[in-house]
Amino acid sequence: MPKIKLAEKTVELIREICAQFNNQETELINVLHQVQHKLGYLPAEVQEVIAKELNASVAKVYGVVTFYSFFTMLPQGQHPISICMGTACYVRGAEKVLTEFKRQLGIEVGQTSADGKFSLSCLRCVGACGLAPVVLVGEKVYGRVSPQQVSKIIAEYQDGCASAQSA
Amino acid sequence: MTAYNTHILVCGGTGCKASESELIKLNFKNQLAELGLDDDVQVIHTGCFGFCEKGPIVKIQPDNTFYVTVRPEDTKEIIEEHLIKGRKVERLLYKNPKTQEQVTESKNMDFYKKQVRVALRNCGFINPENIEEYIGNDGYSALGKCLEEYSPEETIQVIKDSGLRGRGGGGFPTGLKWEITRKVQADQKYVVCNADEGDPGAFMDRSILEGDPHSVIEAMAICGYCIGASKGLVYIRAEYPLAIQRLKTALAQAREYGLLGENVLGSGFGFEIEIRYGAGAFVCGEETALIHSMEGKRGEPTFKPPFPSESGYMGKPTNVNNVETFANIPPIINKGAAWFSSIGTEKSKGTKVFALAGKINNVGLIEVPMGTTLREVIYDIGGGIKDGKKFKAVQTGGPSGGCLTTAFLDTPIDYDNLLAAGSMMGSGGMIVMDEDDCMVSIAKFYLEFTLDESCGKCTPCRIGNKRLHEILVKITEGKGTREDIDKLRMLSQVIKDTSLCGLGQTSPNPVLSTLDNFLHEYEAHVDSKKCPAGQCKALMQYVIDDEKCTGCTLCFRNCPVGAISGEKRSPHYIDQTLCIKCGVCFEKCKFDAIKIV
Amino acid sequence: MEMINLTIDNKPIVVKKGTTILDAASSIGIDIPTLCHMKLHDMNIENKPGGCRVCVVEVKGRRNLAPACCTEATEGMEINSHSLRAVNARRTVVELILSDHPADCLVCAKSGNCDLQDLAQHLGIREIHYQGSQSHYREDTSPAIIREMDKCILCRRCEMMCNEVQTVGVLSTINRGFHSVVSPAFEMNLDHSTCTYCGQCVAVCPTGALTEVDHTGAVIRALSDPTKTVVVQTAPAVRAALGEEFGMEPGTLVTGKMAAALRRLGFDYVFDTDFAADLTIMEEGTELLGRLNKYLAGDKQVKLPILTSCCPAWVKFFEHQFPELKDIPSTARSPQQMFGAIAKTYFADKMNIKRDDLVVVSIMPCVAKKYESGRDEFAVNGNPDVDYALTTRELAHLINLGNIDFKSLPNEEFDNPLGESTGAGVIFGTTGGVIEAAVRTAYEVQTGKALKRLDFEELRGMEGLRKATIDFDGTLIHIGIAHGLGNARKLLEEIKAGHSEFHAIEIMSCPGGCIGGGGQPYHHGDVEILKKRQRAIYAEDKNKVLRKSHENPYILKLYEEFLGEPLSEKAHHLLHTQYFDRS
Repeated sequence: MPKIKLAEKTVELIREICAQFNNQETELINVLHQVQHKLGYLPAEVQEVIAKELNASVAKVYGVVTFYSFFTMLPQGQHPISICMGTACYVRGAEKVLTEFKRQLGIEVGQTSADGKFSLSCLRCVGACGLAPVVLVGEKVYGRVSPQQVSKIIAEYQDGCASAQSA
Repeated sequence: MTAYNTHILVCGGTGCKASESELIKLNFKNQLAELGLDDDVQVIHTGCFGFCEKGPIVKIQPDNTFYVTVRPEDTKEIIEEHLIKGRKVERLLYKNPKTQEQVTESKNMDFYKKQVRVALRNCGFINPENIEEYIGNDGYSALGKCLEEYSPEETIQVIKDSGLRGRGGGGFPTGLKWEITRKVQADQKYVVCNADEGDPGAFMDRSILEGDPHSVIEAMAICGYCIGASKGLVYIRAEYPLAIQRLKTALAQAREYGLLGENVLGSGFGFEIEIRYGAGAFVCGEETALIHSMEGKRGEPTFKPPFPSESGYMGKPTNVNNVETFANIPPIINKGAAWFSSIGTEKSKGTKVFALAGKINNVGLIEVPMGTTLREVIYDIGGGIKDGKKFKAVQTGGPSGGCLTTAFLDTPIDYDNLLAAGSMMGSGGMIVMDEDDCMVSIAKFYLEFTLDESCGKCTPCRIGNKRLHEILVKITEGKGTREDIDKLRMLSQVIKDTSLCGLGQTSPNPVLSTLDNFLHEYEAHVDSKKCPAGQCKALMQYVIDDEKCTGCTLCFRNCPVGAISGEKRSPHYIDQTLCIKCGVCFEKCKFDAIKIV
Repeated sequence: MEMINLTIDNKPIVVKKGTTILDAASSIGIDIPTLCHMKLHDMNIENKPGGCRVCVVEVKGRRNLAPACCTEATEGMEINSHSLRAVNARRTVVELILSDHPADCLVCAKSGNCDLQDLAQHLGIREIHYQGSQSHYREDTSPAIIREMDKCILCRRCEMMCNEVQTVGVLSTINRGFHSVVSPAFEMNLDHSTCTYCGQCVAVCPTGALTEVDHTGAVIRALSDPTKTVVVQTAPAVRAALGEEFGMEPGTLVTGKMAAALRRLGFDYVFDTDFAADLTIMEEGTELLGRLNKYLAGDKQVKLPILTSCCPAWVKFFEHQFPELKDIPSTARSPQQMFGAIAKTYFADKMNIKRDDLVVVSIMPCVAKKYESGRDEFAVNGNPDVDYALTTRELAHLINLGNIDFKSLPNEEFDNPLGESTGAGVIFGTTGGVIEAAVRTAYEVQTGKALKRLDFEELRGMEGLRKATIDFDGTLIHIGIAHGLGNARKLLEEIKAGHSEFHAIEIMSCPGGCIGGGGQPYHHGDVEILKKRQRAIYAEDKNKVLRKSHENPYILKLYEEFLGEPLSEKAHHLLHTQYFDRS
C-alpha cells in the first residue's frame, strides 16, 4: 500500500480530537466520527495516528472502521449522493432510481466520479418514508424521486451551481 | 414574555423539512414582521405531525386549522386570508378522498380519528427546542413526582403495574427490567437509550427525538433514579442530524433548568446524559452489540447471559430501553398505571407507534391502542391502497418480521398475535404491499438487508443467510427447483435455531412467512417460470402486440441493444435473445403496444 | 459453593454453579463436538466467542438450541445433546462452513490435523447441501507464517491469542457479514506488520488457514546434494514432543530415537542445540554477573534487570513495542544462532569444510526461528549462519517421507563436538528453564561455592508471571519469569515506569515456553499435553550426569581452543548481537 504522508497540520488535528476524548480507547468511534467529519474520510495513515494516540492496535482501529458502514477509507465526492434503500423506498422504486444514477454518473455504488464531483452510496432508511423514494445529496433530501428526475438533480450540482449547495 | 394570540405551527420533521418547511417558516416570519404582526403571531417549528403523506403541514392555533401540502409560496395567502381576513384557505385544506369534503381540523380526519397519542403526545404540538413548552405540558412533573413522592421501588411498581413492555421489538416487561437492574449491586450503573433505529421503514424514534426530546430525557432520569444510575447514554444514529441537534439543545436546556446535573431538582439525586453515535450497523440495535459499540469496539453481539443488567457498558449493570419505551414513562407516572393499562389488550398494554409506509395512501407516523386491527390501520387510518390497487400483504417487524396477508387483516395487533401469525412487532415499521409486489423478491430484499447487516460472527447468520439469499436469487431468475423451496424451509429453521443473536434468529422470518402465505408465488417462479407480479426481470418478456403496433419505429430507435426490428408502418418484433429487459420500449411506446408477459 | 442439578441425555448430574453445559457433559463422558471453543485450563486462556454454533444442544423448554460452550447449567435443566434436532442443526452448520471452504484437503498442510476435517468425519458429512459462492483472499506469505484465509472459519482463536494472550495486536476481524475475515490492518502482509512470528495463531488454528512456511523441500535438496555437508541441531523442547506425531504418549522423551532418525535421513552430523544453550549460559550468565556486580557496587550507569534474549519472537516484540528498552536485554544471541555461528566457523574450520558447503539445519519447536535465521545480522556475505529452521512438525513429515519407523528406532547419541550438553541446556525448553540454568552457573561462578541443590522448584511452574528470590550466599537476587507476551508486557511496563523489583527476568513468548511453541505438534487445546512435555524436560535434566553449563567439557574446550573466554572479542563478534528500533 503506497503511503501518503500526512501534513503535520492534519496529524495535529487528529491529536487534538483524540485529546478531546482523553485519548480513551473506548472513545474510538466518537474519534472516528470527528476525524471523518473534518477530513472527509479515514485513510490508513489517519487510522495509524488514531491508533497511536488512543494506544490501540491499528488492526483494531481498522476492524472498527470496516465494521461500520458510516466510515469510509475513500475520499467522497464533492457532492455525496445517497439513495435510501429502506423498504418503503424499495417498494416505491428506489432501485430504478439507483440504476439511473449509476448509469448517468457512470459509477457504481461506493465509487466517486472521475471529476471528483459525485460519489454514490446506499443508505438504510433515513426515516423520510413519507417521501419515498428518497435521495440525499449532501444533507439535502429529495423526495418522491423518479428515474426521470435524476438528470435534473445531477444538473443542479454541475458547473458549480452555488444556489443548490446552500439549500 | 410576549403573550401571542396566534401560533403558526410548521412541521419541522425530516420529511417536511425535505419539502422546504424551513423556508415556509422563514417566509411566515419575514412576512409577519413586514406587516408588524410578529408580536401577535408566533411561528414555531414542531416535531412530526405524523401525516407525512400530506406534508409539509402547517397548523394554525387557536382554531386548529390544519393545512396540508403547503408550499413556501403559500405563506402570504395564509397570512392575508386566514390571519387577517379570518377566511380559511380552502385549497390547502385536507380533502376527504371518499366524500371530497374539506376537513379543517385534524381530529376530524380519518387519519387521526382512531389514533391515541401517548408516546407522540407532544409531537406536532410543542416547539421541541423550547423546554418551557414541554414543561407547560406536564413536562418534568413525572420526574418531580418520583423524586418527591415515590421511592425507586414504588416507581418501579408503577411501571410494572402499567404493563408497559419494551417497544424496541422484544416486548420484555419494562418494570421488570428496571427491577432486575436495580437489584444488582455495583458502584456505577448506566441507563442507555437505544436510538439506533435501524429497521428499514421505521422512523418513530427519530420523530420522537425530533418532536419531543425532553420526554426521553425525563424518562431516562426517572430510570436512573429507579435503578440507581447517575449516568445515561443515548446511542443515536449518526444519520439523524436533526434529532441529534434537538437532543443536544434539550440536554443543554435541561441542565440549565437543574433537571440534569449533580442535584436534580434539589433532591440530591444526580444524573447526567451523554450522546454516543452509531455508525451504520443495524446489528447495534441488539443490546450487547450496542454496548460494545459504545465501548469503541466492533458492534458484535455476545452471548447472554450475562445480560446487560448484570454486566453491560464498561462491565457495569446497564438498563437499555428504546426511545418509544422511554417516551411512555412520564405519562404513566403522571396519569397512573391504571390509566395506561386500561388501554390495549390483556397482555399488551398501552399504545404502539407505527410507521406506515409503502403502497398506502396515507403514509405517516401513527399511534394506536394495542389491539387495533390491521384493517383499521391500513384502511381507516392509512386510507387504503394507493392507486386503487389490491392489498396483498403488510410487512411488520422489519427484517425480523414477516408478511401478513388478508387473512390477518382482522387480527388485533399486539406482541403475541403478531408472533403467532409468524411476524413480530419489531420497532413498528409497517410496509404495505400491493398486487404489483412479488413476494419472493420481497423476501430476497430483506435477506439482502440481513446479509449487509450481519456482523459475521456466527456461522448460521454469516453463511446460512448468504445461502438463503443465493437460493432466492436463483428462484427469481427462474432457475429454482422444488428442492430449493424445501431447502429454504430447512435452512431457515436451522438459522433460527442456532444463530447467536436476535438478528440471525429472526432473519429467516421474511422467507418463512412468505413461504407460508405465498407459496403459490414461489411455485409459479419454480414450476412455470413466471413471476405473477411481473417484477422479476428474468421471468418476464416484453412483447409487441401486432394489433396495436403502428410501426412508428420509436421503440426500434430507442432500444439500446438493437433487439427490435421491423419495417416502418408494420408491426415490430423483439428478439428475446438480445433483449436486456431495460423497459425503455415499454415506456416509449405511445400506443400501448408493448406488453409484459 | 452452590450446586446445580441437571440431566444430560437422561443422566442426572450435579455440577458447581457456573459450569457450562459443555463441561458438565464432558465430566460424565458425553462428548459434545466443538470447533471455535478452546480452553487451556489453568493458563487463563479461553476462546469462547460462541460463534461456530457446532456445539448446540437441545434444552427442554427453550425456544432455540443452546450453545453448550457458553450456556451455563441451571437448576433442573434437561438437556438432550444428541437429539435429532440438535444433530441436524450441527450437521447443517458444519455443511455451511464447508460450503465456504476450499475442498483441497488432499494437499492441505493441515490434513490429518484439522479440526474441521475431523468434525466433518465425526458427523458423517458426505454431501454439502447448501452450495454457493465462496470467499477468496490473497495468500500472504511471510518469512515464517502463511495465511491462507480462504480456509478461515472465523473461530477467532488466532485473534484471541494475538490480542489477549500475546498483546501483539496484529490480527483483528475486519469487515462484516460474509466478508468478515481475520486480518492485519489494511489487509497488509504479515511481514509489514508488527507480527512477532510467535506462531501461537498457527498453534491454535483449527484449519489450514494459518500454517508455517515449509522448508522441508529445501532441506531434502540440501541432503541430496553430494557437495554439501549438512549438520542438524535440535532444540530442547523438540525431544519432549516429537513422539506425539507418531502416536506416542505426550511427554515421552525421544531424544535417542530423534538422533537416530536424523542420521537415517542423511544428516552428516547430528548435533544438539542444547550444546549452544550451555554456551548461551556462559555468555549470558557472565554478562548478567558483570552487570549485577557493577550494579551492586553502586554503578548508576548499569541498567537492570537483565532480560533473556533467546526467544526471537520476544526480541521482535520489544523491538516493535518497547524500542526504548532495547539496551536492557542480554546481547547474547539465541542458542540457535550461537550454534550456527560456531558451526560455520569453529566446526567448519576443524573439519576443513568451506562455509558455503556447510548447511546448518535446525529443528525447532518454533516458527519464529525461521524468521530469526533470516535476519540480516546473522549472515556472513549473504550466507546465513543457520540455513533452514524446521519445526517439530516438519521434522515429523520428513521422517514419514523417509519411510522411517520412528517408534522402533534404537536410541542413538548425538555427534561431537557440538552434541554434548548438560541438564541446564535441556531445561531451556520450558518456562523458567533458562533462568534456572543461568542461576546454576551464575551462583557457582559468583560465590565460588558448589550448589547444594540443583532443582530450583521456586522457578518452575505454569503460572504466566512468577517471581522468586535466590540467595547468592548472602546477596538476594530477585528473579522474574514471564511466558506469553502479554505477561512480558506487564513486566516491561514496570521497567519502563522505573519500579521493577527484579535483577533478572526470563521471558518466553509462548505459553509454557518452547514446549508450547508454535512449531510443536498441535495440542488441540489440551493443556495437559504441555504439562507432560514440561515434566519430560525436567526428567531429562535429572537424568543427566552433568547439569551445569559451565561443566560441559566441550564448552570448556571451545573456549580453550577458539573463543578464549566469555565476552571475549571473538565471543562478542560471533555470539552477541544488537537490537533495532522497529517502532
